[in-house]
Amino acid sequence: MTDEILSLNYQVNGSDLQSAGVASSDVKKVLRKLGVSPEIIRKVAISMYEAEINMVIHANGGTIDVSISPEQIKVVLADNGPGIANIDLAMKEGYSTAPQTIREMGFGAGMGLPNIKKYADIMNITSELGKGTTVEIIVNIPQ
Amino acid sequence: MTVKEVVKALNLECLTGGEELDREVNGGYCGDLLSWVMSKAQSGNAWITIMSNINIVAVAVLTDVSCIILCEDVTPEEDCIQKAEEQGVVILKSSMSAFELANKIGNLI
Repeated sequence: MTDEILSLNYQVNGSDLQSAGVASSDVKKVLRKLGVSPEIIRKVAISMYEAEINMVIHANGGTIDVSISPEQIKVVLADNGPGIANIDLAMKEGYSTAPQTIREMGFGAGMGLPNIKKYADIMNITSELGKGTTVEIIVNIPQ
Repeated sequence: MTVKEVVKALNLECLTGGEELDREVNGGYCGDLLSWVMSKAQSGNAWITIMSNINIVAVAVLTDVSCIILCEDVTPEEDCIQKAEEQGVVILKSSMSAFELANKIGNLI
C-alpha cells in the first residue's frame, strides 16, 4: 500500500434538488474503479448522499472535499447555511425541519443525520447559527 | 431471475433499460421515503415505489438496485427518464399496487 491520497472536490448547487446526488454518484464510480469493496462503497454512498441532500435542502448548497487513501475515505461537506440550532435534536430519528414541498418529494423523513451516523465509521458535525455547518464523514477501509 | 424475465412474466412496461435488464433480481424493497430506501434497499433488489421524481435515479444508483418499478400507473417526469437513461437505471411501470407487485415478484424469484 502507498500513502497516495486522491482528492476530489465538488461544488453543490443549492437551488437544484434535481441534480442533488451527482457528487455522491461520482464518488461511487471512482471508488468502484479503484476496486474498493461494495460494502465500503455502500457506507460512503449512503452517508455522503444524505449529507449532500441536507446541504441542498437546508443550506443553499456548499462544497464537498473527498480524500481517498488506502486506509480511509474522508468526506468533508461545508456550507454557509443557517446552522443547526440543536444538534442532539437534529440527530434524532424522525426529527426534521424540512418544508412540506421537500417531504412530498420523498425527503424530510428525519433520517438524514441518523443515516450518516449509522453508516460512517466516524462522523463529526460542527455548526454555528447564522454561519454554517460542516459535516465530516470517515469510512475506514479494513486492511 | 433477471429483470427482463420479471418484465415478461408480469407484463411490466419498460421505460428505460439496456444491458441492465440482464441483471439478476435477488429480492425486493417497497418504499417511498428516500432516506429509508437508501438505508434499507440492497444491491440487486427490485425497488417498488410510487415516488417518480428525478431523485429516485440517484437513490437507485447509490443503492445499486437492479430496477425501479413504479406501481399504480405512476408516470415519471421526463427529466427522470432522461437521467435514468444516462445513468443506466432501469425504470419499469405497472398498474398493480406495491402489495400485488411484491407478492408476485416474491413468488417468481
